Order: sequence, then C-alpha cells, then structure tokens
Amino acid sequence: MSTEQTVLGNETQEYFINMGPQHPSTHGVLRLLLTLDGEIIRKVEPHMGYIHRSIEKMCEKDSYQQIVHLTDRMDYLSCHINNEAVCLTVEMGLQLEIPERVKVIRTIISELTRLASHQLWWGVMGMDLGAITGFLYGFRDRELITDIFEETCGARLTMNYNVPGGLMFDIHPNFQKRTKEFLAYFKKKLPEYEELLTGNVIFEERTKGIGYISKEDVISYGVTGPSGRGSGFACDIRKLHPYSAYDRVEFKEILYNEGDSYARYMVRMDEMKESMHIIDQLIDNIPEGDYKAKTKAVIKLPAGEYYQRVETARGELGVYIISDNKKSPYRVKFRSPGFSNLSALDTMAKGCKIADLVAMMSTLDLVIPDIDR
Amino acid sequence: MRIIKNIGQYFGEIFHAIKSLLTGMKITGYYFFHPKEIVTQQYPENRDTLKMFDRFRGEVVLIHDSNNEHRCTGCSACELACPNGTIEIINKKEIDPETGKSTKAIDQFVYHLSMCTFCNLCIIACPTDAIKMAQTFEHSVFDRSKLTKVLNNPGSKLMPGIRE
Amino acid sequence: MILLNFSIYDFSDFINSIDTWLVETFSPTIGHLIGLVLVGTCFLLFTALLGLSLVYIERKVCAFFQQRLGPMRVGPFGTAQTIADIIKLIFKESLITKQSDKFLFNLAAFVIMMAPFIVLSAIPFAKGLQALDMDIGLFFIISVSSIGVTGILLAGWSSNNKYSLIGAMRSGAQIVSYELSVAISLMTIVILTGSLQLSEIIASQSNGWWIFKGNIPAIIAFVIYIIASTAETNRGPFDMAEAESEITAGFHTEYSGIKFAYFFLAEYVNFFIISAVGATVFFGGWMPLHIGDATFFNNAMDFIPPIIWFFGKVAVIMYFLMWFKWTFPRLRIDQLLTLEWKYLLPISIVNLLLMSIVALKGWHW
Ligand code: SF4
Ligand code: SF4
Repeated sequence: MSTEQTVLGNETQEYFINMGPQHPSTHGVLRLLLTLDGEIIRKVEPHMGYIHRSIEKMCEKDSYQQIVHLTDRMDYLSCHINNEAVCLTVEMGLQLEIPERVKVIRTIISELTRLASHQLWWGVMGMDLGAITGFLYGFRDRELITDIFEETCGARLTMNYNVPGGLMFDIHPNFQKRTKEFLAYFKKKLPEYEELLTGNVIFEERTKGIGYISKEDVISYGVTGPSGRGSGFACDIRKLHPYSAYDRVEFKEILYNEGDSYARYMVRMDEMKESMHIIDQLIDNIPEGDYKAKTKAVIKLPAGEYYQRVETARGELGVYIISDNKKSPYRVKFRSPGFSNLSALDTMAKGCKIADLVAMMSTLDLVIPDIDR
Repeated sequence: MRIIKNIGQYFGEIFHAIKSLLTGMKITGYYFFHPKEIVTQQYPENRDTLKMFDRFRGEVVLIHDSNNEHRCTGCSACELACPNGTIEIINKKEIDPETGKSTKAIDQFVYHLSMCTFCNLCIIACPTDAIKMAQTFEHSVFDRSKLTKVLNNPGSKLMPGIRE
Repeated sequence: MILLNFSIYDFSDFINSIDTWLVETFSPTIGHLIGLVLVGTCFLLFTALLGLSLVYIERKVCAFFQQRLGPMRVGPFGTAQTIADIIKLIFKESLITKQSDKFLFNLAAFVIMMAPFIVLSAIPFAKGLQALDMDIGLFFIISVSSIGVTGILLAGWSSNNKYSLIGAMRSGAQIVSYELSVAISLMTIVILTGSLQLSEIIASQSNGWWIFKGNIPAIIAFVIYIIASTAETNRGPFDMAEAESEITAGFHTEYSGIKFAYFFLAEYVNFFIISAVGATVFFGGWMPLHIGDATFFNNAMDFIPPIIWFFGKVAVIMYFLMWFKWTFPRLRIDQLLTLEWKYLLPISIVNLLLMSIVALKGWHW
C-alpha cells in the first residue's frame, strides 16, 4: 500500500529496462539491465554469454597452430594482435629465436590493426552520438587498411597471418608502397576527424565530464588500454614489457588524467597519431631475412605455465597456457581486455542519462565476442 | 563588472559553438559538392572489373592441370591440420598397372565450404602443394548441401612423379 | 473556358473560374462540397507525392554527404526506390504488441498525420494557390502544428513498450518547449508586417524579403526559427524522440507496415511545412526577389513563375536542414532543454524587443 501512495504522492518509481541483447548501440549481443529513474541511470548490470563459443575449451583439443585462428574470433578488430599474443606465448615456451624481420612486420601490422580498430571506433562513436556521417568516413579510411591486409594476409578481418615461429608467408611486394600511400593519405584525413567531432560543441557537451572514473577505480577494476589511460593509468604493455619490435621504436604513451568520456576519446585520437609515427619509423627498415623460424610440424610445449601479454586496441590481452607436454595445451585462459573494461561500466554510469551510457560504452570500445569468448 | 564578464562569456560561448558547428559543416559540405570522391562501388555491375587480390582466401580448390591430373597423394595432412573438420579425405586402394602393387589414392576430396574458416592452415600443411586458395567469393546458395563439394574432378589421376 | 484562365503566374483567376463553374453547374451547396473534396484530394495527392520525393531526396542528399551513391537500383538513379518501399510497407504485416491499447495505438497513427495535413491547407504555394487564407493564418499554423505531439504521446503510451514511452516523453518535453521559440521568432516578423494573414505577409515583401529588410533582428529570428523548428519536428540533431542508438526507434518502435509509413510521412510533411513557413515569413514565399524599386531587375525576376520561387526557397532551406542533420551529433535531452530555456528563449525575447524598437524607429527598410 505504501508504495502506491508514494507513487500517487508525485514520487518517482524506479523501473527496469533491458538494453539488448539486440540493441543498436551495444554493438553485438550484450544485454544491459538498466535500473532507471526517469532517464537517470541508477544501476547497470551487464548480462553476458549470448555469444559464448567456449573458445578456451576448444583450444584444449586444438594444436598450437590451430589455436591462433580461434583468437581471430575474439576481438575481431584487433585480430592480428590476438594472433601475435598466442604466437609469442608459444614461442616463449619453445624458446624460439624469432627472425628480426618477423618482429618488425608483426609490429607494423599490429599498429595498422590498431589504426583500423580506432578508425572504426571513431566512426561508431559518432554514430552512437547521432552523427552517422562520421561512421561512413571512418569506414572509408579503414577500408584502405583492410586492403593492405587483404593483399598481404589474404583476408580482411580474420587474418590468421601469424603462425608460431613467424608469419604464414612473406609480405606482399606491394606492402610497403601501399602502407606508405595509406599513411600519406590518412595524415591528411585525420584532421578531418577532429574537425567533425573533436571540436564540435555538441560533441564536447556530450562527452566532457561524462562517465568519470577515477584512477583508483580504473586500477581496481583492471581497466586497461585507452580506457584506462584516459584516467591516467599508465598501462601500455608496449612500454612496460616491450615485445616484438616495440623496444626499438620511439613513441609516447598517451595519458590523460580527466577520466571522462572525452579523455578516453582523446587518448584514442592521439594513439592514432602515435601508431602512424611507429609505422613511419619501421616501414622503410624491414630487415631482410626469413619470414619464419624453423618449427616442427607438431609443436609440443614443454610442461609448464606460460603467460604473455600484449596491448591490443582495447587494452591488455593476456594469454595463459598450461602445457603438459602434449600437442594440445592442458588449459588456456585469455585475459581479455573487454571483460574487465565492461566491469567498470556500472561505476561510470551511475547518475548519468541513457544517452550518456551510449556515449560511455562507445568510449570503452567494447567488442562483445571479446567479452564472451 | 562581473555581469559584463558573464555576458561576454555567454556570447563567447555562443560564437565558439557556432564556429565549431560550421567547421563540421565545411567537411560534409565539401564532400557533398565533390561527388568524385564517392568511394562506394556498385557491386554486381562492376563484377567484370572487380579483381580480388591474388592472396585472397575465397575457397579451397584442388589444382588440376590440363591432363586432368592433380598432385594430391591422399596423405591426409590437410585433414589433420584443419581445425574444424572441413576436409575429409576418402582414400581407395588402387592397383598400380605397371608394378602391380596396390597403392593408396584419393577417391574423394570432400570439402565442406560451410564449415571452412579460411584459415589457410591446410594449404601450408600440404607437402605437395596440391591445394590452393581460389579468389571466388560468391558462395551463397539456396541449399546448404551445395556447399559440400568434392574437389577432385571425376576421373582425375595423380600426377606422375609426385609420390616420390 | 476554364483553361483559358490558366496562368502560371497567377492562379487566382483559374481557381475562381473552377469555383464559379462548379457553383453554376451544380447547386451552390453541392458545388462547394465538390470543391472541398477536390481540394482535399489535391492535398492527399500532394502529401503522398511530397513524402515519396522527399524520402528519395533525403536519402540521396545524405548519401552524397557520406560519400555514397545512395539508392541506385530501382528505376534510373533509384528514383523509384521509395515507391518500392511503399509497396513493401503496404504488404507488411501490421503488428500490434500484446496488451497494448489497440484503439489508441491505431488512433495515434492517424492523429500524427492529421496535424501536418491541416497545416498544409494554410500554406500559400503560389499566387492564388492557397486553400485557406485566414486573417490569423500564422497563428493557425503555429497552433495546429502542435496537435502532432498528441499523436506522439499516444503512440508512446499505447505501445506498451518502455522505449516508446521514453521517446514519447522526450518528444513531449521537447515540442512543448520549442514551440515557444518558434512562435516568438515568427512574431518578430509579424511586428513588421502588422498582419498574421499569410497573403499579406507575402505582399509586404514585394519590395524585398524580410530577411534583408528586417535588419539584424530578422536574421537572428531566422536562425532561431530554424533551430527551434528543427527541434519541434524531431529532426536531427534534435531527434531525441527516435534516437536509434539510445532508445531504438522511440515512439514508433512498435509500429510496422503502413502505420509506420504514416509516421514517416508525417515527419517529412512536417519537414516541408517548417521550411515552407520559414520561406514564407522570412523569404517572401512565392514572391520573387525584388530590390526596392529597381524596375528592370524586378521585372526580370518576375519572369520566373512564383511557384518555382516558392519551391526553390523551400528546397534551399530543406537542404540546409539536411546538412545539419547529417553533420552534427545528437544532443542529450537535458542539453536540449537547456538550449531552449537558457539560450533560444531569452535571445528570442530580447530579439522581439529589439525588433519592436527597430519597427518603432523605422530602422528597417
Ligand atoms: S582453410 Fe582452414 S578451415 Fe578451411 S579447410 Fe583449410 S584448414 Fe580447414
Ligand atoms: S591435399 Fe595435400 S595434404 Fe591434403 S591429402 Fe592431398 S596431398 Fe595430402
């Protein structure tokens, strides 16, 4: 009885709304259970599992070469970096010496992947905020990178270009030319992105001060990648534990201390410039040599535990392999960045509006298959 | 004084806002008046000029030469390399007409296109380079069973000299 | 005999002769009734045509902003695309959600069509081509166009869907607040014309359009009118009510088939109406571009038929509105209300005052 009376007495009542699993801005099958008071969010409960494919379990029956191609299907926007993570772990276990050429090529393609991922993210971010035109511009430029990938790796999205020990095949003769053309092109187009969204007053209003999360919270939730660096958490694995060729290139780790949506946006915008800077340094200096170290046809990791982390476009991806000296791993665990980043959503979204939630999710750059695996 | 400053700020904000909006409009306006920059293509119409990159992975094919001979020995390396059971090698016993010994030869190279993830592992696993990736990509059919293909041509034989 | 009176420059004789012919042939009552039905049919056809062409044009324009080609398949350059869409929508199953208020659910689709349809009758398309030339024409347009919000609220409420309800509530708040700015910015020009009758507003611009003659306040009023009227019709960047990335499709989430088409059509007719009213009040409607008494120039301009002037002006305003929509991100609902109550409304009230001073001192031309 009492609740009814409060309703009558102009009190508001909280209600639930299911955002997803089919919703335009969850970008996949993520279900968010929102507790709302009018338009104001009181609580966000992510419900996952709609796209769970038990990749970790599948890995337990696959050979090490086959595991690599499964990771394409986790965070499909940084598939090359996922592949690289598995390969690095296996190579670490085998104590393989990797040719320099492979390291440099891997780094270049990783950075291209990061660029492509951020371009797509930028477009989608615009679309989530209602500027659909940006989406098309983002895709227009990403298309050129996928062309580079298609020519060298043979696929546009699920590339599977890495194999334990090196690369599947050597780079295409056109690779360097195309990449340089792309860089020249994109250096002209990036300012366009900034003019269209970054400086726009509506965009600033929609992102500045919205979705704040402190550095402490970021660390305790394990938010990594650009989302973590937007709160001043220096977590770039490329700097902390350089792998491949990151130890020989010069680049800045982008840090913003504001911790709001705008800061996370700016981190990615600046990271695009840094990625281009990294590629600039390497593209003309690809050492000659083999594109693959010699490996046995059947790889058996010595019994033990191996962990390797890399920096994907979304944050820290950890690959943990327990081997019992068979041709398949005993157990594989992926520490995916999306999962941890999503966990911070509730803290960020409390007290914001539905529209802010959409902007926040965009700046977290969630890829749902990465969360569910 | 403060009021004047506040009013100045108020209008300053408005002008800044309008300026930022106009910069955005400049970009979209530029593209509107430059239809040459349109990037989309009209797909089925440009089929003839559309050329895929030579490494593009469209589907697995077994290479046959003009004598209807292929290089697949039926060793099943590709079947083992495939992560998802896309390839099934069905072998048969064959009596070699010259030596009279019975050898293994492929009867059917079954390829389930619907299960293939185009990972290229089978291609690099093949010791005799018998298979390759074709650049076709128009795979849609009305009946799923059409996606299960037998890759070796009827009556095709192993190229001589491969087994050694 | 009727056709003899036809002139592309002045439709009044033509319309009058039809009217007299009808009255003479039938009895006066029946003649007028037939006249009414005729006008109604014309508007129906016009609405349908408008919807079809506007959807096509918007899709093409948006495509060009986005470096795309837009519809290209159906008909030459995709011109028949919207016809194909309509056929598809007609044949689609009209779904009604469980436990929705079926009566209101169906009613909403008609209410939402009603408002723009009535407003259309007061728009002067060309000289003598206007169904209702009331002495309170502008007031009529402002008041009737706000009936539309009832349809949106009904649709949101009766759908039994929380997204629809949020959308409806958003648009309720939005339309009610932005109506103020629209009305005040139009009133700014009414100060100069001294009449609410649309034909007189146009006639007062025979020596130049108000946007040029009305000094700075007229330009400010126009800018405010454009912003506020876009918001009132729920178009981007103010399409809060149907923000697809937030609340799927807002108030028309649950509508399908031909009822959905009604919402779509109403949206585009509203879009036409705000551009038409803007063109009429600020750019002289069908009145050709005249500069004071430069007779030669004025005569040259008069050579272009008024109906082309009218649709040309409407098209230019529409183009700008599309440009806005396809460039800017969407505002948030509270920012939208902030924009109205903190910026547009105070500015337009001050502007109204400014215009009164301008009119009193005779600083306008
Ligand atoms: S490409 Fe990969 S999935 Fe396809 S048949 Fe070859 S190994 Fe199997
Ligand atoms: S295609 Fe190659 S790997 Fe597969 S069975 Fe034939 S020879 Fe062996």
